[in-house]
Amino acid sequence: MDYDRIEQRARRRETIRKAITYFLLSLWALIVLFPFYWMILSSLKSYSAYNSEYIPKFYTLTPTLQNYRDAFTAVPLSRYFLNTLIFTLATTAIMLVVILFAAFAFARLDFPGKNAVFALFLALMMIPNELVIITNFVTITNWGLRNTFTGLILPSVTSVFYIYLLKENFEQIPDELYKAAKVDGTSDLKYLFKVMLPICQPTMVTITILKIIECWNAYVWPRLITDDEAYFLVSNGIQEIRENGFGRENIPAMMAAVVVISVPLIVLFLIFRKKVMAGVSRGGTKG
Amino acid sequence: MDNKNWKAWLYLLPAVAFLGAFMVYPLADVLVYSFEEGYNSASQTFFGTGLYNYSYVLHDPYFLQAVKNTFILVIITVPISTGIALLISLGLNSVRRLRELYQTVFFLPYVTNTLAVGLVFMILFKKTPYSDGMVNLLINWFGGESVDFIDGPYWAKMFVMCFYTVWVVMPFKILILTSALASVNQDYYRAAKIDGTSKFRIFTRITLPMISPMVFYLIITGFIGAFKAYSDEVALFGTDLNAAGMNTIVGYVYDMLYGNSGGYPSYASASALILFAIVFTITVINLLISRKNVHY
Repeated sequence: MDYDRIEQRARRRETIRKAITYFLLSLWALIVLFPFYWMILSSLKSYSAYNSEYIPKFYTLTPTLQNYRDAFTAVPLSRYFLNTLIFTLATTAIMLVVILFAAFAFARLDFPGKNAVFALFLALMMIPNELVIITNFVTITNWGLRNTFTGLILPSVTSVFYIYLLKENFEQIPDELYKAAKVDGTSDLKYLFKVMLPICQPTMVTITILKIIECWNAYVWPRLITDDEAYFLVSNGIQEIRENGFGRENIPAMMAAVVVISVPLIVLFLIFRKKVMAGVSRGGTKG
Repeated sequence: MDNKNWKAWLYLLPAVAFLGAFMVYPLADVLVYSFEEGYNSASQTFFGTGLYNYSYVLHDPYFLQAVKNTFILVIITVPISTGIALLISLGLNSVRRLRELYQTVFFLPYVTNTLAVGLVFMILFKKTPYSDGMVNLLINWFGGESVDFIDGPYWAKMFVMCFYTVWVVMPFKILILTSALASVNQDYYRAAKIDGTSKFRIFTRITLPMISPMVFYLIITGFIGAFKAYSDEVALFGTDLNAAGMNTIVGYVYDMLYGNSGGYPSYASASALILFAIVFTITVINLLISRKNVHY
């Protein structure tokens, strides 16, 4: 047996295997990235150039920013944007306070029926949103809160899953710390904000990012609860632009709007990449 | 002590109030709605109780179409997306260079707005009088005929819907599977290497059993997620999904509730409960199968 030949063959097989792996990975990367490339490309083509291309071109030699100007002037994109920002920040902020207090009560305080209430909370995690949204729609309508931020925000300011996540994190903090604080005469509230919150900051950041992603992409509830354009979020806003915007089929301007809507989350993701991915693998639900 | 109890409940109050108003009460209410016949949302009256709403929904051709679409979507996308995600994760796990870059790129669909990116897919697949579109260009290169994927034949629309769904759900599955693969104890692989075990055998005897809990987790959540498909379809075909013939069960629920065909919370409730029953049954079946086959 020629030892060198065997080794050479093994090495060649390894190279081929590597090449195939990289080829397949790159192929999927291409499938993922191509829509993003196409939306940026189309948003840079002028209206006339785009419509005169019977066979679409993969590049443009005369990029224009006119579409971005159109997207912000011809349709109320900046309004949708601002609404989404308000909705996202308000929902996330209120939710953080609500879950913080609830998790604190479950993790640190003792009261009769605690375990029963917590079990009930966990049971609620299994309820699909589709089942409760019907009544919520009726409730919000009856309260006269359609087309208001209150109506948009109210049903999504609690999350049992995040309470659970935070409670688990709180319970890792040793009991002695709490007792020491009590001896020093620290109030519960002060202990929560001065000791527990800083220790659990990583979890809070993860929850915040996940909630922001969720809010930014919310579609079903905003669509049900708003029919006044003044309260549209980006999701139903872009749908409105698609169906009635620009007066004609202005695809380049539509793509400019899509780019503007997609950029904030992608930037957020690239900054907090590790946190987002770790958070999603712990508590993501999409897919 | 009494004082302390009172305080604890105060901390819980916001969460309990919101959950009570927007989860517990609606849960009871949706059942009530589904049995109230001829409910009128304007006058809030109804003239009987019974199973009529269920029977109406089950005989509605739109609902049956939605059920058919949803089932096709589920049966096609869950195995395909899980399979491809497994392949990609195995690939990712076997390379070192560029791995982080690939992982970042593969995750991008997760952080994009479905409605917005769905529009890009619509444009890529759409055939208009002005242009056959990007995908048809590719098809023509390979000698095929142009097809309108957005307003064309049923199979073409179903293809785009499945393709887009797979594109959207992939990041989550890749993420879960790569971390599952990375957490397999390397000692098993070293032992197998010393024994001269073939690559295929290593995969079926070590890798697959070790990650099987995660695979089943993905299959179960994949089924649940695909049964609730709705936004992706709106992104591709517009809000009037019934006209496009591409409605899903969740889409039917919302159409019954709101919009041009809306105002029937009773029908919406009945169909939502039917959906819940389907999802529940399938999840139980999945769990039973997984108990037999998963190695913990």
